[in-house]
Amino acid sequence: MLTRPLSGDKPRSTVLTVLLLVILVALALAPFLFPGVRSLETAARICIFIVLVASYDLLLGYTGIVSFAHTMFFGLGAYGVALASVHMGRGWGALLTGTVAGALAAAALALVIGLFSLRVRAIFFAMITLAVASAVAVLVSQMSGLTGGEDGLNYQIPRELTPAFRLGELFGVRINGKLLNYYLVFFACLILFLLLLRIVNSPFGRVLQAIRENDFRAEAIGYRVVWYRVTATCLSAAVAAIAGSLFAIWLRYVGPDTTLSFEIMLDILLMVVIGGMGTMYGAVLGATIFVLAQNYLQSLMGVASEATEALPLIPNLLDPDRWLLWLGVLFILSVYFFPTGIVGRLRSGR
Amino acid sequence: MSDPILSLQGVHTDIAQYHILQGVDLDVPRGQVTMLLGRNGVGKTTTLRTIIGHWQAKSGAITFDGAEITGIPTPARARAGIGFVPEDMGIFTDLTVEENMVLAAASGPLDKARLDWIFAAFPPLKTFWRSEAGNLSGGQKQMLSIARAMAEERKLYLIDEPTKGLAPAIVSTMAGALRDLKKQGASVLLVEQNFSVAKALGDTAAVMDDGRIVWTGEMAELSASAELQERLMGLSMEAH
Repeated sequence: MLTRPLSGDKPRSTVLTVLLLVILVALALAPFLFPGVRSLETAARICIFIVLVASYDLLLGYTGIVSFAHTMFFGLGAYGVALASVHMGRGWGALLTGTVAGALAAAALALVIGLFSLRVRAIFFAMITLAVASAVAVLVSQMSGLTGGEDGLNYQIPRELTPAFRLGELFGVRINGKLLNYYLVFFACLILFLLLLRIVNSPFGRVLQAIRENDFRAEAIGYRVVWYRVTATCLSAAVAAIAGSLFAIWLRYVGPDTTLSFEIMLDILLMVVIGGMGTMYGAVLGATIFVLAQNYLQSLMGVASEATEALPLIPNLLDPDRWLLWLGVLFILSVYFFPTGIVGRLRSGR
Repeated sequence: MSDPILSLQGVHTDIAQYHILQGVDLDVPRGQVTMLLGRNGVGKTTTLRTIIGHWQAKSGAITFDGAEITGIPTPARARAGIGFVPEDMGIFTDLTVEENMVLAAASGPLDKARLDWIFAAFPPLKTFWRSEAGNLSGGQKQMLSIARAMAEERKLYLIDEPTKGLAPAIVSTMAGALRDLKKQGASVLLVEQNFSVAKALGDTAAVMDDGRIVWTGEMAELSASAELQERLMGLSMEAH
């Protein structure tokens, strides 16, 4: 029954299937299962990062292209919505215009970068994306008249998506615009993820995989490698931009730190590697684990530190301020124990 | 020779600082199997790779089916009707056998009758149709490699050492498939070190040395003369 929406790409592991279903149900019912602002923020962030990481997996995992500009495309989508909302005023039209404009701008920029660099060697693409992404981040910070500079932009979204829009209560949970906003993010992300699954399991996706394995062999069969690489780059950029738009709709704020920073780029890379490259489902696991760790590891360590107060050294090691150190240790261990990512490990059954 | 399917005239190819092909002149007749022979390192593989476009010819001209293809990119050469089976098999190990075959039929869906013919020539491919190509044995990978070139009708097949390192039983399967291809009237340029296979399949032969063609003629003439083999290749092929 589920094979069709998954484009025939089954998880191929019982444990993986269970994990994916748990994540799906948890995200679908997050407002009811985990009421509270912080948990809803975390759930929305997980949804958006799943799509962002999956779109990066299309590039890195399926096509073998390393890009450092994925946050730039994400930021273009986010700033698209922000600028449209600021200049057109609150409304659905502004959200739609901003989203479409952001996605088109991202795809156009990806096309230009791709045509300049992917014709030669994929490694040049990595270098050029790094340079362009840095330049765009600086530009956004400097053009404060348009982008709000380092302070970013605050704007209004349609009232139906804000907490002020109240509809009543269901199972003890207040039904308001924020909840509708969450479901807009959830369903949009679900559709985008299924679309990405469709792309990688289409004949186009198979050619990408062939190119990743050996581009010359693909050429010798008759496939124009540059065309496929550039198309994959544009698709990936457009989806990342739409994820950025959703992020902007959810937060009602954009700034260089939340959408364009190199830290987010590193997070995306880690999520893809931890989840498993070239699997799509790896994006789901990678993003979920990473965002949960980012949001709850510090609190968890605080509890652990208090519980071990009587012991020597341990409370110091578990001090919540050291959460980044432990996050790093966790990632080193996960890469060591799951070199093919969690999905790769689960599928191999070892 | 009248109207060859492929013609190389004075082709020079450099790989990095090395001047590998030093003026290759070669005609491949239509509907025949041409053996490209010579010792290791004389430029046989480079010749095939220059024809398909992996290495660009520095000078000279390559004409295929009446049109010059020297400057055009590899995909256009493949689409013009050249099938290439590289020495390293060239299969996509992460994809299934089916996906490899579907990809190979770049201009449209796989033809059922053609697929049946391929299955008859290489029965293991039917058995492992939905298995990942990376899990196949060496012989089966080579079968897939050749089957992929056969997935569509090509005007010319470039095949690089298809029996290299294979068990005798697999060599015989491979030779049978190539014989089938020959019966269908395909034009083939084949690099092959196994003399019994070369003798059985070849109509004409070209011998290379130091990046040039040093002899062309009938395969039967070459296989009949140990002295000629000794002179051209430094050994008698009967010994192999």
